[in-house]
Amino acid sequence: MATVQTPPSVELSSPGLTRGKLPRYAPVVLLVLSFAAVGGLFAALGSFSVPLTVFLGIILYAVVILVVTTFVEGARAARDRLATTLMYSAFGLAVVPLVSLLWTVLENGLERFNGYFLTTTMRGVFGGMDAGGAYHAIMGTLEITAFATVISVPIGMLTAIYLVEYGPKSKLGRGITFFVDVMTGIPSIVAGLFAYALFVLFFGPGVRMGAAGSVALAVLMIPVVVRASEEMLKLVPNELREAAYALGVPKWLTIVKVVLRTAAAGLVTGVMLAIARVIGETAPLLIVAGVVDSANFDLFEGRMMTLPVFVYGQYTQGLAPPGPDSIITINYDRAWAAALTLILIVMVLNLIARIIARIFSPKTGR
Amino acid sequence: MAKRLDISDLNIYYGDFLAVEGVSMAVEPRAVTAFIGPSGCGKSTVLRSLNRMHEVIPGAYIEGKIALDGEDLYGRDVDPVRVRRSIGMVFQRPNPFPTMSIHANVIAGMKLNNQRMSKAQADEVVETSLRGANLWSEVKDRLNKPGSSLSGGQQQRLCIARAIAVQPDVLLMDEPCSALDPISTLAIEDLIGKLKQDYTIVIVTHNMQQAARVSDQTAFFNLAGVGQPGKLIEMDATEKIFSNPNQKATEDYISGRFG
Ligand SMILES: Nc1ncnc2c1ncn2[C@@H]1O[C@H](COP(=O)(O)OP(=O)(O)OP(=O)(O)O)[C@@H](O)[C@H]1O
Ligand SMILES: [Mg+2]
Repeated sequence: MATVQTPPSVELSSPGLTRGKLPRYAPVVLLVLSFAAVGGLFAALGSFSVPLTVFLGIILYAVVILVVTTFVEGARAARDRLATTLMYSAFGLAVVPLVSLLWTVLENGLERFNGYFLTTTMRGVFGGMDAGGAYHAIMGTLEITAFATVISVPIGMLTAIYLVEYGPKSKLGRGITFFVDVMTGIPSIVAGLFAYALFVLFFGPGVRMGAAGSVALAVLMIPVVVRASEEMLKLVPNELREAAYALGVPKWLTIVKVVLRTAAAGLVTGVMLAIARVIGETAPLLIVAGVVDSANFDLFEGRMMTLPVFVYGQYTQGLAPPGPDSIITINYDRAWAAALTLILIVMVLNLIARIIARIFSPKTGR
Repeated sequence: MAKRLDISDLNIYYGDFLAVEGVSMAVEPRAVTAFIGPSGCGKSTVLRSLNRMHEVIPGAYIEGKIALDGEDLYGRDVDPVRVRRSIGMVFQRPNPFPTMSIHANVIAGMKLNNQRMSKAQADEVVETSLRGANLWSEVKDRLNKPGSSLSGGQQQRLCIARAIAVQPDVLLMDEPCSALDPISTLAIEDLIGKLKQDYTIVIVTHNMQQAARVSDQTAFFNLAGVGQPGKLIEMDATEKIFSNPNQKATEDYISGRFG
């Protein structure tokens, strides 16, 4: 038996299209008032603390805005406000560690971060001497990472091209995807041992060289490059491939000049992510690239210092022995300055990648 | 330029699925041939098999023979890339290359194939092709703007310019006007009328009036039911098909009694 039910009418109290509306500045004012109330209360009790005030202030604000909005604007608007509050709080929560990290690195690193630090090696530096820098480590990191990129980008991109353009449903394609996934999970120390084992075959036991570090990093980079490039290539609409085929363009030229070109911006970003992923790797480089105090520009000969290893090395040396001209905390200071350098390198690379991506991205404007 | 196509006993498969069965027809040069029929009857499939775009889909293949001026398109030594160079295609949705300017889009067929051409040559091809596609006056002042900055109808004419820039023998068009407004549609129909002096044109359309307006020959396709292969029901001069078709099914379809 079917009966037609009239739906229960909603918000009978406010017919028409208008409803009560809080002034735009209300949330801000309420937030400030909440902070002031909580802060004032704690100050009166004589136990003021910033984190607690912020925390309780936001909770108070959430309750107050919920109540006020319910009365003035209605239940739906109140839920909207509550969701907005939660969203902003979650965002703040996520940003706090990031900002705090950057702040700490800047605060500790800026003291030693200067032209001298960037252009001097640690050769002949010992104890608490007010000398030494990370020049050798910076060059090492740049060279090793660049070589790792040179190895992994062609391999990774070609794999991605195979997966997307030639074997999306083939057995080989599925197998490759599986192994790429497995590779993503390889611990970095294992990659280091692998590179060591590989180079021992050619150079004998005890081998240490920058190129081995690059191979270890490439092992970690390749799956990231494959995954990122694969997603980017999949985004290229099939219509563009067909448009090129229909003009009598062979498949390989279509891939090179249409697919890769259209995806270029995304590919650059993907490679950048992969670089950022490996540039801070310490363990594998400690194993195969080694530790050294002076600059070595030859990837294929001898140990090579890198920034993460430099940070680790300085930090493990701990406090310097006290003495007349000795700076006791110098090792820690150098570690922080090197950490800052590493972060800056990643930022600069990111910036360059963004610029390149902007140049390559498809134009849409009129 | 402008060659004839002879199709005999064409069966077209997607993997195990027989999509089109037993099509035989002749497509005359310097004329417009229209494919009409209900959705899913295989018009696009037949069209795409004419320039070997069908086999781009994994598992897809054909049986039978398609000849361009007597030369078997599916012969053993035939390079599909060369077939597509002489049989161009315009798609249902305009698809200019988003990374290229209007100018570069027109000569994409040469550029993507690494053909060397001087700036003057390139400019000349661009102008003739755009004039041929009735687009020149609208874009001549912004040839360096991206192709995607044009309106849908302009983009479709850009794609036609791109297709005729490589000087094919045959031009295939799969519902070229279905995404366009009546004015752009009219512009493209005019264009088709002009192009048929130089090219062999095959056009798929759902618009009966359009088929009647632009085509010389009309082929009606139909299918018995879902999962059944599509078949060519009849093909004849357009006036004949629209005034006095031989088959009952054709008349029913044209007069809107089904499909
Ligand atoms: N890529 C594909 N893989 C498998 N089957 C397909 C594919 N494309 C089309 N088909 C099938 O082939 C048959 C014919 O499709 P086709 O696209 O040629 O129809 P159509 O006549 O062009 O229809 P419409 O007028 O809707 O465009 C349909 O049954 C369709 O499901
Ligand atoms: Mg179709």
